[in-house]
Amino acid sequence: MQITTPMTTLMSSTPMRSDRRGFLGLLACAAVAAVLPFRPAHALDAGSARALIDRSLGEVYQVINSGQAPATMYQQFEAIFARYADVDVIARSALGPAARQTDAATFAAYKQAFQGYIGRKYGKRFHEFVGSRIEVTGARQLKSFYAVTSVAYLNGRAPMEVEWHVSDRSGQDLYFNIIIEGVNMLASERAEIAAMLSRRKGDVAALTADLRQAG
Amino acid sequence: MRPLILTALVALPLLTGCASAPVQQDGITINDPYEAQNRRVHAFNKGLDSHVIGPIADLAGGKNDAETAPVDPDAPIGLLQMVINAGRNLSLPVKSVNGLLQGRPGNAGRNLSRFAINSTLGLGGVFDPAMDNFGISERDTDFGETLAVWGVPEGPYVELPVLGPSTRRDAVGQVVDLLIDPMYHLLDGQDRAVVFGLRVASKAGDRARFGDSVDGILQGSADSYAQTRLIWLMNRRHDLGEERADYDPYDDADVIDPYAE
Repeated sequence: MQITTPMTTLMSSTPMRSDRRGFLGLLACAAVAAVLPFRPAHALDAGSARALIDRSLGEVYQVINSGQAPATMYQQFEAIFARYADVDVIARSALGPAARQTDAATFAAYKQAFQGYIGRKYGKRFHEFVGSRIEVTGARQLKSFYAVTSVAYLNGRAPMEVEWHVSDRSGQDLYFNIIIEGVNMLASERAEIAAMLSRRKGDVAALTADLRQAG
Repeated sequence: MRPLILTALVALPLLTGCASAPVQQDGITINDPYEAQNRRVHAFNKGLDSHVIGPIADLAGGKNDAETAPVDPDAPIGLLQMVINAGRNLSLPVKSVNGLLQGRPGNAGRNLSRFAINSTLGLGGVFDPAMDNFGISERDTDFGETLAVWGVPEGPYVELPVLGPSTRRDAVGQVVDLLIDPMYHLLDGQDRAVVFGLRVASKAGDRARFGDSVDGILQGSADSYAQTRLIWLMNRRHDLGEERADYDPYDDADVIDPYAE
């Protein structure tokens, strides 16, 4: 469910209509807004979404160009991922409906293993990015979040479109999806984790053990 | 090559029989009525990749070097890149033909200019002065895209032996591309064989350079068939600009919003 402020609700509904449903909706939203914890004055916008991706990419390239041992780099990629991505919601989405039936401790262990798996799996491709650059080209609002567009210039390859989806729904500005030349990473990880989970007949703890070895 | 095309052509009519309706997966349409048959072909391709293509690619590409030493982007290009370039250059005339068939003369012209410049100044396409000196990049296309532009529907997903992921429309496109390629009509005998050999070597070279990504999907996945199918379809539809017939980025169903669950 999308949490909106009374102001945006007012603006999105037909302004002149004052029927009961609109009024009740307004009341409900006012109640939700009153119950919600105080949110910082800063709200996510195109500029801050863009800045988040710029900062994140800056750190990634620092690691890529550091020339360290691959294993060290994977750990640093994982740390950057944990800092700039909403790992909780990505891990939860990847696990699918099973996430709701999983207790907190099991989920926390799974999430930790998932984070390491992502760091290794995508980190292993770092050498494709040596000598490359990614330029952030813009940001636009998409539903309740922002899509930051960028172009990756890799050696010997045509430029690639990379889109980042950034949200502040976790309370912080974090990205939760990357779409590379149309390939939706969250969709492909959802399919992959579903396949791994079904191989373990729905046992999340067993999946967690597999994830520690995977990637 | 002929046995390959024949296999593809023979395989297609066989792909009838049982059919399952297309399914939606995170807003992505998966139309795969021949999944059982496709999975058998996938197992064959996967074996071929790990036992034949992969090891050869490793030898040619020196994958272990890439793993440890960062490559200097300004370093002179190696033999592998020269082969990739030369083979790719030979694919430009047919791409140019497709550009015309799609009603995109600009793209056709770019590809033809690239071919003219790189074949001469680029010493038979080994180097790329068209990009380096004139800033003319390639417009990658094929007859599958031409069919898409003409409004032919994508058709079911198929995994072809050796050639890999495709759709019925793209499989037909691959065959037509060979038939309408000017290189095959202008050349004959030995020259034709050389051109064909270079193009195959170029594809193998690409595989050698970017083998890690392919290995990751093929060997590392819990269900490499489903991963390959999903990733290939998303990428292909993006390239053809037909992610969804009714694509609207503001529509709820099109973007995964994990916060909405």
